[in-house]
Amino acid sequence: MPAPPCASCHASRAALRRPRSGQALCGACFCAAFEAEVLHTVLAGRLLPPGAVVAVGASGGKDSTVLAHVLRALTPRLGISLQLVAVDEGIGGYRDAALAAVRRQAARWELPLTVVAYEDLFGGWTMDAVARSTAGSGRSRSCCTFCGVLRRRALEEGARRVGATHIVTGHNADDMAETVLMNFLRGDAGRLARGGGLGSPGEGGALPRCRPLQFASQKEVVLYAHFRRLDYFSEECVYAPEAFRGHARDLLKRLEAARPSAVLDLVHSAERLALAPAARTPRPGACSRCGALASRALCQACALLDGLNRGRPRLAIGKGRRGLDEEAMPGTPGDPARAPTSKAVPTF
Amino acid sequence: MCQVGEDYGEPAPGEPTPAPRPSREQKCVKCKEAQPVVVIRAGDAFCRDCFKAFYVHKFRAMLGKNRLIFPGEKVLLAWSGGPSSSSMVWQVLEGLSQDSAKRLRFVPGVIFVDEGAAFGKSLEERSKTLAEVKPILQATGLPWHVVALEEVFSLPPSVLRCSAQEPAGSEGAYKAAVDSFLQQQHVLGAGGGPGPTQGKEQPPQPRLDPQSLASPPAAAQPEALSQLFCSVRTLTAKEELLQTLRTHLILHMARAHGYSKVMTGDSCTRLAIKLMTNLALGRGAFLAWDTGFSDERHGDVVVVRPMRDHTLKEVAFYNRLFSVPSVFTPAVDTKAPEKASIHRLMEAFILRLQTQFPSTVSTVYRTSEKLVKAPRDGPAAGDSSPCCLLCMCALDVDAADSATAFGAQTSRLSQMQSPTPLTETRTPPGPCCSPGVGRVQGCGQGACRREDPQACIEEQLCYSCRMNMKDLPSLDPLPPYILAEAQLRTQRA
Repeated sequence: MPAPPCASCHASRAALRRPRSGQALCGACFCAAFEAEVLHTVLAGRLLPPGAVVAVGASGGKDSTVLAHVLRALTPRLGISLQLVAVDEGIGGYRDAALAAVRRQAARWELPLTVVAYEDLFGGWTMDAVARSTAGSGRSRSCCTFCGVLRRRALEEGARRVGATHIVTGHNADDMAETVLMNFLRGDAGRLARGGGLGSPGEGGALPRCRPLQFASQKEVVLYAHFRRLDYFSEECVYAPEAFRGHARDLLKRLEAARPSAVLDLVHSAERLALAPAARTPRPGACSRCGALASRALCQACALLDGLNRGRPRLAIGKGRRGLDEEAMPGTPGDPARAPTSKAVPTF
Repeated sequence: MCQVGEDYGEPAPGEPTPAPRPSREQKCVKCKEAQPVVVIRAGDAFCRDCFKAFYVHKFRAMLGKNRLIFPGEKVLLAWSGGPSSSSMVWQVLEGLSQDSAKRLRFVPGVIFVDEGAAFGKSLEERSKTLAEVKPILQATGLPWHVVALEEVFSLPPSVLRCSAQEPAGSEGAYKAAVDSFLQQQHVLGAGGGPGPTQGKEQPPQPRLDPQSLASPPAAAQPEALSQLFCSVRTLTAKEELLQTLRTHLILHMARAHGYSKVMTGDSCTRLAIKLMTNLALGRGAFLAWDTGFSDERHGDVVVVRPMRDHTLKEVAFYNRLFSVPSVFTPAVDTKAPEKASIHRLMEAFILRLQTQFPSTVSTVYRTSEKLVKAPRDGPAAGDSSPCCLLCMCALDVDAADSATAFGAQTSRLSQMQSPTPLTETRTPPGPCCSPGVGRVQGCGQGACRREDPQACIEEQLCYSCRMNMKDLPSLDPLPPYILAEAQLRTQRA
């Protein structure tokens, strides 16, 4: 049976059904609808004011590729300028290939590209070195904890170097849904209280961040990249199978199969969570070492690096059982009293 | 690695190695004398008596800590026949028969809802189940009620209205009530009455006649109910609808017989699963009501969950060790495959994760304790905000085109509903109402009646109830009280 005509232009044959509404659209109309929705998110949420210099966190993967492409198409409408910032975590066999994809994109789109490497920023620590360091301790390596914190710090640093006023990342609706599931399963009340909005407005000197693709489901992002024939890097990080997020992702895929609107339902739930005031994060201050946004004396990035440098990588991960001494005194654990679960650099 | 801050497989330096698995020579961890018979949590072995004391203490502590149930109050125990609610009824019975210092001071009744008609069970099967249920109910010695789910078709629309709330008692009020009750008891004579019911106004006698509800022809209703459930397209929506109707029915019975509290037997495991399920259904705003200890959204009748600290494993062991009677009644999702509904998926997921990370359920439970009942935007919403027609929570929908998940859904939905060609991909939302906050208040311009009645009912529902209604192709099979109340609210708005 031939495909029905496109429900929008009624001219060409439909090429896909939108996953959520089941509407049949041709490729061009779907891409137009997708771009219109992203534009609507940015405008309705007032995310990127005119004149903003926007640093796009480009990893070479599908989300950031689609994000950069859509924003580039919308720059005349929004009145912003774009900068690509790529982070090199030092994961051999994965990040180098992804960076090659980013370089190709930057060349094709004629956008300025800045690459910041963990090795330069964090005193020689690459993710592979972190993985080796944490490998001896316990069943799991928790590399992703390190990578997430350090990457956000690196992104902030890269954005400052290019003089950006806003940071955008390519998180899609599936990411948001997985995050809320994960935070409940891990009991992370601090992140639950913080997340669910449209990104952070940038308090205490940190740059404001947002996620324009927040309400686009992953399937639609992939379809968009397909129809626009975008070139991206599609392999999984080598450390990804160990992440707890894998469980949440697996659950989300099944939920989506049972009920297609489950992804947006979860995002809606995350927006509407009401947590007790005690669980909410304290007022942010500044890190005593690097001056970045922090809710304790040391920001999480400095705390993690501290642990790595002292040969006790799990020092800053945990409920303060072993405590973290604010002065760099090797070998003596500090007071165990510490507020758990709040992180310095706002994460999603 | 599962829990934030928790470490698996690495004991901290200086701490002793974790406790060894219970060996044959190990004694009960509490009394250190008797042989253990059951292992709770990881490595805590209890003997029979210590386990019973532990279990009963949890139940009493949950009731005592929250101080919601006043002495002499009438409490309805919602019994489904399953293990958790059976255990709860058993605990209440035991609590009533203790010596006067520790005796439970409220006045219980038991209700059983027969849901057989919802999934097409024949009359013989249902009467067989009832024949198993009735002896247990009679053996409790409490006033008991058996209602069939099809009686929802004769409920009045007042069920859906929030009755005036009783003023919340402060600490002083509770203490004063207890003191005056004890004084009264003392005056009535030492040693009180032997029976569990203190006041004689409620004769401990059998059941209520079903004819107290307006009785339409008995044969039409079970078919109407099974027709309603057959018309629902997905199992998820069926389960949600079943829960809603059951809640309304129990609420009505509680109001009709003067019960001010309803106790349900949700265990810790079930509540953790329910929390994650409700998260996936879009009920993030109402988690504190759905899974907290007390649920006072109905106003005069408060739903209380005293078993919320007991895991299913503890319940199962207790029931086995102390021979608590229970009845298996098949539910709407019995024998359904795992992928059939959100509820099943979440249950399978949590239980599977629990085997790998044993603290999953307790982590979710602890996180749920941090949820509060205030709306996120603060107390500005208050009492004047409209309530959902079905679940009676404050509506949690945003303006139709806002930068939220709801906004994203509605702009897409409007694209789907309108069959006309779209020149602009962003069509104005909703067939009959202007966008903005006014939409939430109901489309009372009168234009609504000309338009789709389904859209009008949707206006009065919260986000998750709207999602469920989408799986109902037509609203006609719904019980008349829902439709009548919806009509009333539309006219009033």
